[in-house]
Amino acid sequence: MIIQVTDLHKSFGDHEVLSGIDFTVADGEVVCIIGPSGSGKSTFLRCLNMLEDVSSGEVVIDGHSLTDKKVKIDQVRAEIGMVFQQFNLFPHKTVIENLMLAPIKVRGLSKDEARERGRRLLGKVGLADKEQAYPGSLSGGQQQRVAIARALAMEPKIMLFDEPTSSLDPELVDEVLAVMKDLAREGMTMVVVTHEMGFAREVGDRVTFMDGGLLVEEGTPQEIFTNPQHRRTREFLDKVL
Amino acid sequence: MDAIFGFNWAGVVDFLPALARGLYYTLLVSVGGLLIGFVLGAIAGLARLSRFKIVNWIAIIYIEAVRGTPVLVQAIWIYFALPLIIKYTLPSVVAGIIVIALNSGAYIAEIVRGAVHSVDKGQTEAGRSLGLNRHVTMRHVIWPQAFRRMIPPLGNQFIISIKDTSLLSVILVPELIFQGRLVVANHFNAVEIYTTVALFYLAITLTLSAVLRATEKRLERRA
Ligand SMILES: Nc1ncnc2c1ncn2[C@@H]1O[C@H](COP(=O)(O)OP(=O)(O)OP(=O)(O)O)[C@@H](O)[C@H]1O
Ligand SMILES: [Mg+2]
Repeated sequence: MIIQVTDLHKSFGDHEVLSGIDFTVADGEVVCIIGPSGSGKSTFLRCLNMLEDVSSGEVVIDGHSLTDKKVKIDQVRAEIGMVFQQFNLFPHKTVIENLMLAPIKVRGLSKDEARERGRRLLGKVGLADKEQAYPGSLSGGQQQRVAIARALAMEPKIMLFDEPTSSLDPELVDEVLAVMKDLAREGMTMVVVTHEMGFAREVGDRVTFMDGGLLVEEGTPQEIFTNPQHRRTREFLDKVL
Repeated sequence: MDAIFGFNWAGVVDFLPALARGLYYTLLVSVGGLLIGFVLGAIAGLARLSRFKIVNWIAIIYIEAVRGTPVLVQAIWIYFALPLIIKYTLPSVVAGIIVIALNSGAYIAEIVRGAVHSVDKGQTEAGRSLGLNRHVTMRHVIWPQAFRRMIPPLGNQFIISIKDTSLLSVILVPELIFQGRLVVANHFNAVEIYTTVALFYLAITLTLSAVLRATEKRLERRA
């Protein structure tokens, strides 16, 4: 198991947001997390790379326990790409510079190596011609594809996506989903928080329904979408489908 | 010209060397003080953002001590009181540079803190999630964005500090107004000399404003 979460709890002050989560992901698996707003999906995803520190429980990524105080968190994060709803590209850097920074600083690549890798990845997400552009001049869909390429430039073992298409105009959603589908097909391990039920159904190996800080139900897309066992899952799906 | 208001404006030329000397010291103390003040302010500003409580508190004490006392008192204290404590008399120009550095540093610290704080939290998260450590994230992701936002308030502070250097005449820094007063004491031409001195200050601050506006424009074009 490349991701193994055991009895994870997370509170903000008195407010418990995650109430005991057990979760595993196998190498190469694509897991989609769905659930209502405020159920703790983002918080959970952010616990997987310690952007939030956990209150109790254990998170083990590729054999490294993140809750162990001695773990070199930057090294573990280097293996985990993350794509945010708001893209979070570096606005003062060109597209190619966005892709080059971490490979140079963390992986120790030379500028030329990093640029070559960056160009290859920009080609892969269909933005080879935008290398010298600043993020501010790109559409949302283009920015999100750059953000995916930036994460991939670290050659991570795992990719986390937090509603990567939720802030996009509807006509720009597909170009981002297409890139994600390619990644899944190539065998990338992915955890995707999403409202795109079509994507979850088509690409997910497994779908997890989250509500009230708990993983309520888990199964193949087929099981979750056609035959949900829990009342809360049924109610949620009735609302969104 | 001479006839205008009945004052001897052409005569000012005779005193230009003395005023030029004053201008030199005004610029020296301003530039020296602000360069050190910027470094000091950057350090104190980042210290204010530190997760270490002690570092934080040292910065707060420094900033509040400076902001809570007048520049004039700071200058007098450093030039006349400090030597009695450290048993060493500072040259007045050195004391002047220290005053401007310490004073501007405290205000610049708040500018730095505010600017760094104003950069979206998502930028830090993006940097850290790529495996960049705290330091690299600050240096390559946050600082360049914060720096742009600092330029207008920094310019403001520079102008304030340059004007503050006129107070250093009380600790005998031979800057513009000090030199002006020397001339007036001997030649009784207060209107001509003090008007010229004022114009010198105006020339410095207007030039600085223009440079800052140009810098801002240049940075804007890239973003
Ligand atoms: N930094 C924080 N401080 C305090 N409370 C927080 C913080 N972050 C999230 N929360 C709270 O935790 C709960 C879960 O938030 P989270 O963002 O994980 O939900 P979500 O399932 O991702 O929702 P959405 O679909 O709207 O993105 C919410 O009640 C939210 O208000
Ligand atoms: Mg969320």
